[in-house]
Amino acid sequence: MAEGVIFDIKKYAIHDGPGIRTTVFFKGCPLACRWCHNPEGLSIASQRAYQQERCIGCGECIQICPREVLTRTADGIVADPAKCDLCQTCAAHCPSEAVEFVGRKVTVAEVVRQIEKDTAFYDQSGGGITLSGGEPLMQPEFLLELLEACGSLDLHRTVDTTGYADAGLLLEVAQQTDLFLYDLKLMDAAKHRDFTGVSNRLILNNLKLLSQNKARIQVRIPVLPGINSDAENINRTADFVAALPGVEHIAILPFHNSARGKYGRLGMECIASDIECPSDAHLKIIAGWLEKSGVQVKIGG
Amino acid sequence: MNNRISRLREQSFNAQPCISAERALLVTEFYQENEGKFSVPVLRALNFKNLCQKKTIYIGDDELIVGERGPYPKAVPTFPELTCHSLADLKVLDSRDMTRYAVADEALQAYAETVVPYWHGRSMRERVFGRVPDEWKRAYTAGTFTEFMEQRAPGHTTLDGMIYRQGMLDYKADIAASLEILDYLNDPKAADKAEELKAMDIACDAVIIFAERHAQLALKLAARESDPTRKEELERIADICRHLPARAPRDFWEALQMYWFVHLGTITELNGWDAMSPGHLDQHLHPFYEKDLAANALDRERAKELIECLWIKFNNHPAPPKVGVTALESGTYNDFTNINIGGLKTDGSNGVNEVSYIMLEAVDELHLLQPGSNVQISHKTPNRFLKAACRVIRKGYGYPSVFNADEVIMEQIRTGKTLEDAREGGCSGCIETGAFGKEAYILTGYLNVPKILELALNNGTDPLTGKTVGLQTGDPKMFKNFDALYDAFAKQLHYIVELKIKINNYIERMYAKYAPAPFLSVVIADCIANGKDYYNGGPRYNTNYIQCCGIGTVTDCLSAIKKHVFESKTVAMDELLVAIQRNFSGQDALRLRLMNKTPFFGNDDDAADTLMRRVYADLFGAIDGKPNTKGTTYHLNMLSTTCHVYFGKMLGASANGRLAGLPISDGTSPSHGADRHGPTAVINSLAKMDQVKSGGTLLNQRFLPDVLKDEDGIDKLCHLIRTYFNLNGHHIQFNIVDSATLRQAQQAPDDYRDLLVRVAGYSDYFVDLDVDHQEEIIARTQHDSI
Repeated sequence: MAEGVIFDIKKYAIHDGPGIRTTVFFKGCPLACRWCHNPEGLSIASQRAYQQERCIGCGECIQICPREVLTRTADGIVADPAKCDLCQTCAAHCPSEAVEFVGRKVTVAEVVRQIEKDTAFYDQSGGGITLSGGEPLMQPEFLLELLEACGSLDLHRTVDTTGYADAGLLLEVAQQTDLFLYDLKLMDAAKHRDFTGVSNRLILNNLKLLSQNKARIQVRIPVLPGINSDAENINRTADFVAALPGVEHIAILPFHNSARGKYGRLGMECIASDIECPSDAHLKIIAGWLEKSGVQVKIGG
Repeated sequence: MNNRISRLREQSFNAQPCISAERALLVTEFYQENEGKFSVPVLRALNFKNLCQKKTIYIGDDELIVGERGPYPKAVPTFPELTCHSLADLKVLDSRDMTRYAVADEALQAYAETVVPYWHGRSMRERVFGRVPDEWKRAYTAGTFTEFMEQRAPGHTTLDGMIYRQGMLDYKADIAASLEILDYLNDPKAADKAEELKAMDIACDAVIIFAERHAQLALKLAARESDPTRKEELERIADICRHLPARAPRDFWEALQMYWFVHLGTITELNGWDAMSPGHLDQHLHPFYEKDLAANALDRERAKELIECLWIKFNNHPAPPKVGVTALESGTYNDFTNINIGGLKTDGSNGVNEVSYIMLEAVDELHLLQPGSNVQISHKTPNRFLKAACRVIRKGYGYPSVFNADEVIMEQIRTGKTLEDAREGGCSGCIETGAFGKEAYILTGYLNVPKILELALNNGTDPLTGKTVGLQTGDPKMFKNFDALYDAFAKQLHYIVELKIKINNYIERMYAKYAPAPFLSVVIADCIANGKDYYNGGPRYNTNYIQCCGIGTVTDCLSAIKKHVFESKTVAMDELLVAIQRNFSGQDALRLRLMNKTPFFGNDDDAADTLMRRVYADLFGAIDGKPNTKGTTYHLNMLSTTCHVYFGKMLGASANGRLAGLPISDGTSPSHGADRHGPTAVINSLAKMDQVKSGGTLLNQRFLPDVLKDEDGIDKLCHLIRTYFNLNGHHIQFNIVDSATLRQAQQAPDDYRDLLVRVAGYSDYFVDLDVDHQEEIIARTQHDSI
């Protein structure tokens, strides 16, 4: 049975597709968007997250660590990344949950066991599971097996993707997917490369391909003032999407900087700290531009 | 709301609750003159009639529904025959910061000169406390349980539709027929029944007189009135008060006034817990609504205005203030009337009608402290109605609460009610299930389940007082395994429950003998036919409930001990007991480990939920089926009202890492902060409780307003509720308010005077709560969404 690396399973997800859902967050992403609100999903490797405000300084982790990785400093208890083999013993013993490891290896069966618990909620609400990340298509074997297992349980399956993946794989995934949430960030190829680290050609081509293959798709645009919220980008997006019959609507998702704390905990730098959150009025204007091209628009997930 | 309602609402909202000594003086005077001259039921009925003849009658400007229990709105009478406030009690009521009741000098004087001298040593409360054994007193004082009947009469009564079909003259005819067939030759109880029936007959006359006095006052006011519209209204009121309650109501307005006269009668006669509730009022009113609409005698706006007039009447009646422990456990003006909206009709069809929607609008527009309201949701209830209710819930008043009508019916079928009677039933007080109009379902007191575990961990001694309260079940350090500890807990549980029931049954006889309620008995089915009082097994069904508190806390404590002491052995029993005794002082790591590394109830984790099921099964085993004194039995109930705060104060630190004195879990909700996987996990955990075996469970959920900001959020909330009910959940209620708002309200209470929050099975003004309750509400886990 395939194993995968995930960093969270969230119950009562109500913005990731129809009904009440459980969202599984895959770890690892081919993009590195500057505004990423799930920075723990960027790297596929497990990461040690430390919250100093929770730490009571009891030092149990220092004593229990088999590789003597940890030292007490003025900034709390610090790990030497060179020595740490991510065995997670410290987290298992930390009484205050100041140390946690983001990313764990799981089998399909383990994930299904968690997913199945909320079946009554999916049945009532027309919900199901959403596979998100990170980028779920980065772990093809695990993803396909998980989709198949959920399919055999008759659960509605949504895949939330960047679209940056092998076209053949994407079509294979589409066979097992009831709905795609497909992110479109920027239409300009150079800007896209600048802000996400990769070109958008594959992403746009894949979206066309999915649409031609009759996949159900909802396009999502994270609205980032100063980056992609200008009329030109929005109009180009609208024109592109309007030509794709498979797209049900475009959802515009306002950027929020609630992820800042997560960067700190992971010891990562938050480069998007100067991006503003768009106002409701701004979102309405963008929705207006999109609607002109005839596409359906939803504000929020 | 229109101008009239706006004025009445404002007046009711702003009136300061105060104590009126009028009732106490009239009762004292009556008893001085008459005690010993009549049988007790007749004496009680004559006392009631004397009140109806002499109490001050009030009709306010603008009012369409008339009648007050006190001399004017928010003037609260006292019941010295049950609990006689001392002068010191009255001074506390007058001076306390929260839920103050003003006490005028004349009232103090009346108490000092007349009321206290007569009732001292004679009140029901003093007689109860004079007769209970020491072992009961020790357990009671230690906070192991409470006793409802030590200061208010048994209550939680709700009406069915009978009073809309027959008036007091019809009831009198029924009484006469029952008297007629008494068999003095063969029935040794015939004489007792005759006295009870005579008392009921007098009580019917009393309310007719009470209404007639309103008619007279209305005519007097009409004669003086210069505004022709108001003059006409007053004349109509006089006409209504001459027709009612002697005869059945003829139209929508009269139906509302009929209920109100009956309500006032029952809460003047005695101060039964939770006042009185009208039951399925929307269903009772609907035929009148349809008829009046067809005859062009009423329109929708007028119907709403009349309903709102009744709603304001409830708000004019703060709870009679308590004394002693009960004052600590329940500091609120709320008297817990709870109106059922929706549900099923007795024939099993959907009960939602246009009046249901009008009531939801009234609830939303008025958002007063009282009355509480709930919606009864069945599989057959249209989504439109549930959504309309959720849109009111979103406003954050804490009501309506939401009940599973199908489950409520099943609970009653389990205890032997007919299907039709069960459908006519519903929930009153906080979440208590009963057959409306046909049942005395008496709450007898709360049980502090975590305290019982504390006794097991201290070999029967209460660590707070050092007194022996429970059984000597052995030194916990010698327990070889978890089951040995659990057995000790179960033994303590059975002992405490039996101790409570023995004394309950004793007090129950005292009420049946010395404080019958002949008027209440008239309006509850079968009391007349049986010739027996409401408190003496007269109604068709008779249930006693014991309300178990803190199943979340006790499950988490057991889980912590099981895991850390017996399984992973990270802490030894004596080490844990010492840490608990020291309130975890200097033991932060241990405390956090218990809090963070233990499977807790509310996370859909079988490691904890299996323990919850075990405790629940033992609570059921200890309580369900124990005999009361009326030939029927006790049942389990799972609400805590505000008692989880009081019980927490009476409990030392606990094995789940909870510090001494902090509240235990409320109702059947998880402990504060224990549920960490969102509302679906909480619901799945709750669904593992076989709720149909209880008389009600209570689940509090707090959502951030953001989760419900749009229609999509409303839709998902409806699905959440429906799923819980598909899984046989009994009840769920919501606080839709964020912590920041609550903190601001603590800082600037004057700016938040009308911020209603869900406390337990009812809503209260946040700024009226004491700081313990405020903190408790803030501490409840708030559910965000992703």
